[in-house]
Amino acid sequence: MAAIQSLLRRDRLWTFHGGIHVPDEKALSNGRAVEMMPLPERLVIPLQQHIGATARPVVNVGERILKGQLLAQAEGYVSACIHASSSGTLVAIEPHPVPHPSGLSALCAVIETDGEDTWCELPEPMTQYAQLDPSEIRERIRWAGVVGLGGASFPTSVKLNPGPDQRIRTLIINGAECEPYITCDDLLMRERAGDILAGARIMHHLLGGPRILIGIEDNKPEAFEAMRFALAETDMRSHTEIRSIPTLYPSGGEKQLIRILTGEEVPTHAIPARIGIVCQNVGSAAAVAEAVLEGRPLISRVVAVTGRAIAEPRNLEVRIGTPVSDLIAHCGGYRERPRKLVCGGPMMGFEIAHPEIPVTKPANCVLALTEAEAPDPGPALACIRCGRCAEVCPAKLLPQQLYWHARAKDLDRVQDYNLFDCIECGCCAQVCPSHIPLVQYYRYAKNEVWAREEEKRKAELARTRHEAKQTRLERQERERKARLRRKKESLEASPGKSQTDQDAKKAAIEAAKQRAAAKKAAAAKAEETDDA
Amino acid sequence: MSAALVSSPHGSRPNRVDRVMQEVLLALVPGVLAMIWFFGWGVLINIALAVTVAVAAEAAVMGLRRRPIGPAVGDYSAVVTAVLFAISVPPTLPWWMTLLGMLFAIVLVKQLYGGIGYNPFNPAMAAYVFLLVSYPVAMTTWLAPDMLAEHAVSFTESLRLIFAGALPSGVEWDAISAATPLDEMRGKLDQGMLIAEIRLSPLWGDFGGRGWEWVANGFLLGGVYLLWRRIITWHIPVSMLAALAVAAGAFWLLDPTTHPFPAFHLFSGAAILGAFFIATDPVSACTTKTGQLIFGASIGLLVFVIRTWGGYPDAVAFAVLLMNIAAPTIDHYTQPRVFGHTGNRANP
Repeated sequence: MAAIQSLLRRDRLWTFHGGIHVPDEKALSNGRAVEMMPLPERLVIPLQQHIGATARPVVNVGERILKGQLLAQAEGYVSACIHASSSGTLVAIEPHPVPHPSGLSALCAVIETDGEDTWCELPEPMTQYAQLDPSEIRERIRWAGVVGLGGASFPTSVKLNPGPDQRIRTLIINGAECEPYITCDDLLMRERAGDILAGARIMHHLLGGPRILIGIEDNKPEAFEAMRFALAETDMRSHTEIRSIPTLYPSGGEKQLIRILTGEEVPTHAIPARIGIVCQNVGSAAAVAEAVLEGRPLISRVVAVTGRAIAEPRNLEVRIGTPVSDLIAHCGGYRERPRKLVCGGPMMGFEIAHPEIPVTKPANCVLALTEAEAPDPGPALACIRCGRCAEVCPAKLLPQQLYWHARAKDLDRVQDYNLFDCIECGCCAQVCPSHIPLVQYYRYAKNEVWAREEEKRKAELARTRHEAKQTRLERQERERKARLRRKKESLEASPGKSQTDQDAKKAAIEAAKQRAAAKKAAAAKAEETDDA
Repeated sequence: MSAALVSSPHGSRPNRVDRVMQEVLLALVPGVLAMIWFFGWGVLINIALAVTVAVAAEAAVMGLRRRPIGPAVGDYSAVVTAVLFAISVPPTLPWWMTLLGMLFAIVLVKQLYGGIGYNPFNPAMAAYVFLLVSYPVAMTTWLAPDMLAEHAVSFTESLRLIFAGALPSGVEWDAISAATPLDEMRGKLDQGMLIAEIRLSPLWGDFGGRGWEWVANGFLLGGVYLLWRRIITWHIPVSMLAALAVAAGAFWLLDPTTHPFPAFHLFSGAAILGAFFIATDPVSACTTKTGQLIFGASIGLLVFVIRTWGGYPDAVAFAVLLMNIAAPTIDHYTQPRVFGHTGNRANP
């Protein structure tokens, strides 16, 4: 009986508030195997593809570069290394348009490829990693530049180092892939389930042996079966479970998936490690396996190139730095003129301004949407307070109130309504009958709050500086006065001595005058002689 | 591709205000058909008149405010207000009262507060109450249901009645009018009659008044349709009807001779229409789920209280308006616990 109960408990799934069902559109691109994207002539590799500090370049312009060579070193703890994704010549390190919601440019290493694709010398595989010190393995993962490949791109080595005080009980491998259209994780699980599990096994070792839960949405039965099949071959069965979870956007959100699989809620403003959980994307797990078991850095990833405007949607294994326009061309170009080109999924991705921007580590999808798929929503109408937004919000916020206060620029009130618990999943905006761009308002409000805090910090700094200057000036003034006073006192104390001083000065002046007069007289005399 | 970068989400969004309003209008059809069947063409004439005035007033005010007229008229919200108003007033109401009511609803209650989304009160109910307190006789003179009337009022007779105030030749008011079931019940109870005696009148059907209960059934059907289409949620209608039934049931159990059976309350007057179509007006109702339960239950209780002890026979309009006032406060105190927060959130 107890066994049955525990079995029931182990298989139990929880739910989160809200969420929405949207057509998943996965069938567009999940029909064929991942294809290797041919080598482009130029690779534009951004030096920041992760959350944290920009990596510091360690190569010189004009230098010959080999595939896998370190281009830029992680700078600081939260940062990631950047490697060359093919061999060739480094022709520039300069700003280029990068995948960014505002279409900004950032520093990139530009490599003209030589077509030979020659590997550099790689570090030794750590096949016996179980005997190694965890810090050594983490250092390898850090060297390999592995970041979260689900979209957030947080450095994986940092996430795998929760600190000595934090016991990790559960490692979650995120194979939910809840966003419509995106199929790169689906294909990765079907084709490289063994690598994903090998990566999970390494993480399991690094985190001190937690149980492993793998969550996959039930619209990916092939991936689920492939993972189960691969798990049966490993020694991880006793502490690993693969769970099929109901398809509901945004189940793949970190906090939502943790809730679904464990029933626990990550406290606000905290990371999952606080409650003993670490969550990693399936792609990151495979990258960890490559880094540790083969000594290969993260230089390519699977990208879903999809949307009804693409002639032949499919998944491509793409070298980091390949231009997005090349990917589209490789998939047969456009079937019809896209109305929107998006990096990422339709719910959380951002519009691409320049199709020549490069593929980066977190770029999981290139989405070309037709007029029918992404029609112009038209001008936003007034909010009719229907409350659909609150019904679907997975963070259980009140999106409508957040909207009112964000629109009124009432930054204190938006924070009272927990603006920073918003994960920007877009459910509210998706169901809004007035087509209000709610997420845009929240992003705007968040930026305003950050700007205000920065302003405050600067003002505080300026105030401290001003006060310090004021104190210094006052101190100098006091010291000057004290010096004068001391001088005056010393003068008054010995008037005799100063009298003799003055006599001596007078005498010196007198003597100088006499010398000058004598010189003049001599000069005049000389003149007379000349005239004669 | 568009020039400006727009924030996610990017896909198509099927939900739209005009579609919501169209669904509401569609859901009103069975009840309205039942009303036309039992109470004649006046219902339809009132609807046509009210809709015309409401849309014209909406367009005029938007023009005066120098705002785009197209989207405001195209969202059908004025049409919904007009239809709800027109089916709440007697089918014989003089045309200028309908005109006055709609101008009051659209210009004062809706547009002066900023238009759709900003009005704190339900415009249709505010207009109804405005006319009820101003012209109580005209607002409470109802036609008898078809099967009870001595003379069926034809279409042209209805037109003459509404626009010229002229009764059909050779017909007195008494021949075509009758007290509404709620009026009848209140009046007879006030005269000291017992329920059993009152129910002997031919006015009564199974639960409420003959004809009237079929109108209520029609609106109930529409309400179920709105629930199925997820235009509304169950919270407000269920809590309102449940509170009304529980309050009526408690008094009926205490004294069944002077308190009607709970089903009478549910199927008389505007209870069903109010629960599914009026109290659920999103603009003026509560938005939090707990708040909606409190909002709906309070309306149900107020309806019972006003019907039983108040000065007016029906109470839905008053109850809804009173709770409209309370809605922002209820919302403030019923905010849900945010994911990842412990305990109820602090009051902002």
